[in-house]
Amino acid sequence: MVNAIIGGLIIGLAVSIMLLFNGRVTGISGILGGIIAPKKNDFDWRLAFFIGLLSGGALLFYLKPEQFVNLSQASTVDYIIAGFLVGFGTLLGNGCTSGHGVCGISRLSIRSILSTLTFIGFGVLSVLIYKSLRGEL
Amino acid sequence: MRPLITFVVGFIFAIGLALSGMTQPHVVRGFLDIFGSWNYSLMGVMGGAIALHSIAFYLIRKRATPLLDAQFHLPTKKDIDLRLLAGAAIFGLGWGWAGICPGPSFVAAVSGDTNILWFIASMLGGMGVFKFLEAKKVL
Repeated sequence: MVNAIIGGLIIGLAVSIMLLFNGRVTGISGILGGIIAPKKNDFDWRLAFFIGLLSGGALLFYLKPEQFVNLSQASTVDYIIAGFLVGFGTLLGNGCTSGHGVCGISRLSIRSILSTLTFIGFGVLSVLIYKSLRGEL
Repeated sequence: MRPLITFVVGFIFAIGLALSGMTQPHVVRGFLDIFGSWNYSLMGVMGGAIALHSIAFYLIRKRATPLLDAQFHLPTKKDIDLRLLAGAAIFGLGWGWAGICPGPSFVAAVSGDTNILWFIASMLGGMGVFKFLEAKKVL
């Protein structure tokens, strides 16, 4: 729990820096969506964000590789199905865990609060379906 | 200068995600498994991030402009519509199925986990399909 709270505070710091300097919310799916369908003069900062994300990840992987251990039994097909749903759903619903869950709730956006309750609820449902299909319930 | 800031933001963000456990699918699925062996620790991630950022948001919004731009670019939509809720539902199903969401997938990818790389490829595909349908006015 302590690691989670420290991680959360660091994430809160990151999105606050974005707001203070660039005046934007840090929504990963939105930033990514703008990379795959770029608009004029709206590309560099998005790409720089992802280079930062990968660089920070690489540093942590070097320092704390245990944080990257994946004990999930899910198959490659599961990841492919899930990835498609995540990509499509986040653009349709204008955001994911970062944009709605962290930035939106902090702004007290009603849309973001409803979105977050919905995706957590359906996340719980998804785990239930997954486990029942595998006889793990 | 603005891309340099977003690089730094991405860098710090990745450290927070990796420390918190959001980059580990079994941890995330344990958090969503509230009727099973619930691992509630990830509540600390959202709690910590929201606690800090809601205070920062309140203080920063007292400014007329951000430091490096002439105006704030905050979302302006207010309507609660089917797109918002259906999108969140579809996202939630995918998030729970694999235990990974967009930001952590890129951070976790540095480990070279092929399943995570497939997830990212498919996520980009899902986004591409959405953008295509949106451009065709189907959505």
